[in-house]
Amino acid sequence: MLIKGRVWKFGDDISTDHIAPGRYFHLRSNLSELAKHVLEDADLTFASKVKSGDIIVAGRNFGLGSSREHAPRIIKLAGVSCIIAESFARIFYRNSFNIGLPLLEADTDKIEEGDELEIDLERGKIKNISKGFSLDSEPISPFMIRLIHDGGIEEHVKKYGDFKID
Amino acid sequence: MGKTISETIISEHTDREVSAGEFVVSRVDVAMVQDGTGPLSVQELQKLGMERVFDKKNTILFLDHASPSPRKELSNAHQMLRKFSKKTGAYLSEVGEGVCHQRLVEEWVNPGNIVVGADSHTCTAGALGAFSTGMGSTDVALAFALGKVWLKVPETFKFIIKGKLSPGVFSKDVILFIIGMIGADGATYKAMEFEGETIDNLSMDSRFTITNMAIEAGGKTGLIHTDGTTKEYLEERGRSNKYQEIKADSDANYEKVFEIDVSKIEPIISFPHTVDNVRKISDVEDIKIDQVYIGTCTNGRIEDLRIAASILKGRRRHPDTRLIVIPASIDIYKDALKEGLLETFLEAGAALESPGCGPCVGVHKGVLADGERVLSTQNRNFKGRMGNPEGLIYLGSPATAAATAILGKITDPRKYL
Repeated sequence: MLIKGRVWKFGDDISTDHIAPGRYFHLRSNLSELAKHVLEDADLTFASKVKSGDIIVAGRNFGLGSSREHAPRIIKLAGVSCIIAESFARIFYRNSFNIGLPLLEADTDKIEEGDELEIDLERGKIKNISKGFSLDSEPISPFMIRLIHDGGIEEHVKKYGDFKID
Repeated sequence: MGKTISETIISEHTDREVSAGEFVVSRVDVAMVQDGTGPLSVQELQKLGMERVFDKKNTILFLDHASPSPRKELSNAHQMLRKFSKKTGAYLSEVGEGVCHQRLVEEWVNPGNIVVGADSHTCTAGALGAFSTGMGSTDVALAFALGKVWLKVPETFKFIIKGKLSPGVFSKDVILFIIGMIGADGATYKAMEFEGETIDNLSMDSRFTITNMAIEAGGKTGLIHTDGTTKEYLEERGRSNKYQEIKADSDANYEKVFEIDVSKIEPIISFPHTVDNVRKISDVEDIKIDQVYIGTCTNGRIEDLRIAASILKGRRRHPDTRLIVIPASIDIYKDALKEGLLETFLEAGAALESPGCGPCVGVHKGVLADGERVLSTQNRNFKGRMGNPEGLIYLGSPATAAATAILGKITDPRKYL
């Protein structure tokens, strides 16, 4: 799977409260409304700037905190095609693949906001078209790749009638 | 090769010998959602045409995060969960009954169980020797319908905790100390097993505080092997027949082993906006506090209320500092009532609220004003957590919280021993 897009850059420890703030708890049953506030506490204007296909690039421990699946869902709903970070919090990682949003772990230090990236998900290759260098990401497990190809865990369960690990 | 606690429990639920790193499909004993995550679970099950539950007694919907509901959208979310309960037979824990993690250990979770909850602090129940972990709404929705879940068997970090805690130092200080040491991502994806003489000497209430915060170091779950204390707790809760010995094999494989002496640690405060931003209380300058909150799944248990009340007895909150007290469950509320603790809190000037998550999740019952500081016994201090990104959240033990309420600034509880 080839993904191409423009970078929005964030720092370390972006929590689910930055992504889907608690004060919008009442919008949790209304994801399109909640998505208007995506990442608001990290970048107030992100929701109005982000375009379909864009890529989020961040530092360590992206998505720490709450189990709220609303966090990756509204990032995906806002049009983001992929997130690359140095590391991800566990529940956010799982939730993202479950809803069909791919994540890659890589050294993101030299990627800057506005860079154009091209990502080969299966091979774990990240090409920075703007700056002319390539990066390798940590390999993604075959099951997680399958979830992305199936379009998330629900489609996966519909397709196989169960979880298909092997 | 021997097995860790996680490998032991997951093997039993998959009918084969598993080890860290494997992907497996496992049976689940208990599955739960709460009012923030449950509506999405119900919507997903409706979409899939799978509105059913694998076990009525052990699939639970908790109304605790916005409870009683402060606004119509959340009232409608509660209605959605009530309807799902009526339709499928899933158990509904109503408004006022308490916080999911406390209710789970009181009524549902037993040693050796696998528990999945759509709430990150589901790791709390690991103190009972259960593999208990937080997931998203869709994962738990599928667990509701299918009674199983996909899992990656985690590698384990072992924490051997030694030393007698000084007076005024509690399990909350121990876990904040550990998170400060390894960092907020220090145990990402790992199971954290806690053992050693310090843990052996802790009550179940204190142990729950430790495992509750495993997620704050990135952990998949926190685990404590069972012993006489676990057995007594289950007896008190009327489940003595559910006791079984759960412990790791002596030759189990650990990715890392930490040995930590806690005999010399002081009360610890976690500063905004990350849990690992910890300070010893003696290093903290006078910091004025506008609100103190004693409660939550971390520290709203009877032992916590007893400690706080022992400090507040015969004293009053500082006139410029609000004090909010919320017992974590209805059983704790009733015990605190019988023991006279609630009267102590009221006489100290506390606002006493019905069991639930309270202001911890930023929905109601004490949202901060711009620039205000709160000292809370909760587990998390992220920017915006308590409903206002301009608020500042400091974390500490119930003793520290009580002492702070009296003087209106962050205060060493040892002053009141």
